[in-house]
Amino acid sequence: MGRKLLLEKAHVENIRLYDVYRREGGYRSVEKALKTMAPDAVTEEVKKSGLRGRGGAGFPAGMKWSFLAKPEGIPRYLVVNADESEPGTFKDRYLMEFLPHLLIEGMIVSSFALGSNNSYIYIRGEYAWIVDILEQAIQEARNNGWLGKNILGSGFDCEIHVQRGAGAYICGEETALLESLEGKRGNPRIKPPFPAIKGVWGCPTVVNNVETIAAVVPIINEGGEEYAKIGVGKSTGTKLISACGNINKPGVYEIDMTISVEDFIYSDEWCGGIPKGKKLKACIPGGSSVPILPANLLLKTAKGETRMMNYESLADGGFATGSMMGSGGFIVLDEDQCVVRNTYSLARFYRHESCGQCSPCREGTGWMEKILWSLETGKGKMSDIDLLWDIQRKIEGNTICPLGDAAAWPVAAAIRHFRDEFEWHITNASEAQTRNFGLAHYADEIHVPATV
Amino acid sequence: MSEQQLFKVTIDNITIDVPAGTTILNAARQIGGEVAPPAMCYYSKLEGSGGKCRTCLVEVSKGSEKDPRPMPKLVASCRTTVMDGMEVKNITSPKVIDARAGVVEFLLLNHPLDCPICDQAGECHLQDLSYEHGKEGTRYEFQRRTFHKVDLGDKIQLHMTRCIMCFRCVFVADQLTEKREHGILDRGDHAQIATFIQKNLQNEFIGNVIDVCPVGALTDKTFRFKNRVWFTKPVNAHRTCENPKCCGEVQLWMRGDEVFRVTARKDEWGEVGQASNGKTGWICNVCRFDKKHIKDWVIEGPTKVNRHSVIAQGHYVGVIKPQETLPEVLHGRQPKLVMDIHDVSEVNKPNIDLSLLERPAHSTDFK
Repeated sequence: MGRKLLLEKAHVENIRLYDVYRREGGYRSVEKALKTMAPDAVTEEVKKSGLRGRGGAGFPAGMKWSFLAKPEGIPRYLVVNADESEPGTFKDRYLMEFLPHLLIEGMIVSSFALGSNNSYIYIRGEYAWIVDILEQAIQEARNNGWLGKNILGSGFDCEIHVQRGAGAYICGEETALLESLEGKRGNPRIKPPFPAIKGVWGCPTVVNNVETIAAVVPIINEGGEEYAKIGVGKSTGTKLISACGNINKPGVYEIDMTISVEDFIYSDEWCGGIPKGKKLKACIPGGSSVPILPANLLLKTAKGETRMMNYESLADGGFATGSMMGSGGFIVLDEDQCVVRNTYSLARFYRHESCGQCSPCREGTGWMEKILWSLETGKGKMSDIDLLWDIQRKIEGNTICPLGDAAAWPVAAAIRHFRDEFEWHITNASEAQTRNFGLAHYADEIHVPATV
Repeated sequence: MSEQQLFKVTIDNITIDVPAGTTILNAARQIGGEVAPPAMCYYSKLEGSGGKCRTCLVEVSKGSEKDPRPMPKLVASCRTTVMDGMEVKNITSPKVIDARAGVVEFLLLNHPLDCPICDQAGECHLQDLSYEHGKEGTRYEFQRRTFHKVDLGDKIQLHMTRCIMCFRCVFVADQLTEKREHGILDRGDHAQIATFIQKNLQNEFIGNVIDVCPVGALTDKTFRFKNRVWFTKPVNAHRTCENPKCCGEVQLWMRGDEVFRVTARKDEWGEVGQASNGKTGWICNVCRFDKKHIKDWVIEGPTKVNRHSVIAQGHYVGVIKPQETLPEVLHGRQPKLVMDIHDVSEVNKPNIDLSLLERPAHSTDFK
């Protein structure tokens, strides 16, 4: 049983309320940071912890904080990205629903470290009820002197504002989020300048994921070096994984990144195996935008090592035989699932969510969706597979923001690993309408694909 | 003021010194020719434009003198500023050519290709782009997105089907007019330029959206279907405009003495150029739509049109007469009439009265 740092108290009754949270040891990190530490010391502690951004890219959080420009007389901002819209990811929702005070506590400490007097939570519009939970928690924190002017007599002022989005996946991209926060259309900005130099309202801004900010609390409580001891290598601390798909126990799990993927899927402590004794076909290990992996490459890397649930091991082999930790949306597909249909529904999502600003993503996502639909409905041609490959290649890397890449990767990985299933959909078009391809070679030995 | 810092930048093996803060695209335009990447959304006169169409992608093979690492991805040259010692590959990079062909294909994906009935044909940037950088065919086999035509007031028509979402017209409305009334609705490939709940655009400078539109999505209703641009002759003209913000310096597109269309003067990159007062030569709606008589204008002379443009056909500006006369070529012999066609042809001296025919004349009538 791994250690739990974030969700340790999640099941205490009424932990959502301030009194219970405080009784269970809440807001200790604020006391410690504001009374005994300097802002730079907090940043230093986060750097030591090796905490990596939990939003998807895995960029070291301490490093991001130290990039923040600090010109005199210009306010700085902390923005928490709670626009969790990636299909398969629902960890932040769980965190904010059950432990709103943990996020607020983390935000106060982070704001102190960054010198942000006004911090924002940008929350996705569909999480309407969580806004109420957060507002209530903020009110409670303010009533008890954790927010407002001169917190704990330290001379530090902090306010937290909650802003609802209006239902766009693209607003989870940090610059689009800032545009939306400013009240504009949520189009990603062209970088540079990065938000650390020119963020919200042209001021230096740090944008962090909910889980990253929440993880600051145990880092301050226990010290960065203690935190770094949990986990392996550069994957320090604990990670929330939202597991879903064909598993017995879907839900949010906190893991310490030392367990193997096989354990995570089959152990009763976590996912509890696949229902009805079915076989594992494939898995998307980090939210919809990361490459899908067939069962053999999921459980073992191409080198034959056991694949672990951490940043390095999941990315082992690059995109040819690996995937990404991403935002921790763990989607399991059993033998009854159709990869073509799955890829189609992802492509449909990205087509719908593309902001329409730059042409490769705007036009390419729609094109991929249409081709995948014709493949799925048995109207495809053999050349369509190569065409799809070419389209994704021309989208990837040529767009303003990572949404283009996120749309291209699932398609690329599906063709790379499941080309025979795509071909079967074309050669056996009518049969493909009535039954699924089922399992192929992926259950057996490691298969290194030819198309890279 | 101290001397402005100059950065040395090498684009396609041509080195040029440019002031710090110049974008790669503008540095390449200073070199000119094929080295300048195409730009569909970038407009040097509009602040904040660019970065969207991705046609100007270039490869940076050396970041700068201090940090010689290449940039990992292709960058949009219109929004990336040069660094000292930067090395850029545009047409010398196969990656760029491939990516650009991809972008052209994407841009044409939902474009109707109705050039034969489009007023922009002949001066359309998308036509030039696809001709120069695209592939012959498309691999797109699905229905294209279509929209109804919308009248934005009585002078401008919006045909969204042709739009490539460059956002230029939005920037024009933002920066030239008091209150922007149109923008982007929706997102992704169903995004559209629109006024929220059909409205007229009624600003005195709103006509400039027609000039900045790189395709035929925004057209001048006073000119629509009147003429093909290559049949008209552009001349430079000016008038004293009552509007203090309008420079009054325009191009008239004429046939004979008739003024078909009035536009702002464009430079070699297809952008509105500088007026003589040093400002950008935007013109007001009165000049553009209402002054359609030759008496309204003082004509300065024919506009120089790039001879590669289809508009240059039939224009005799800048034509060089051959130095030698015919006798010189023929070693002093005078040209001699070999045969007068009128001696052998009956066509010009018919034996019948053609006016008596009740139908068009036919060759058999001359026998």
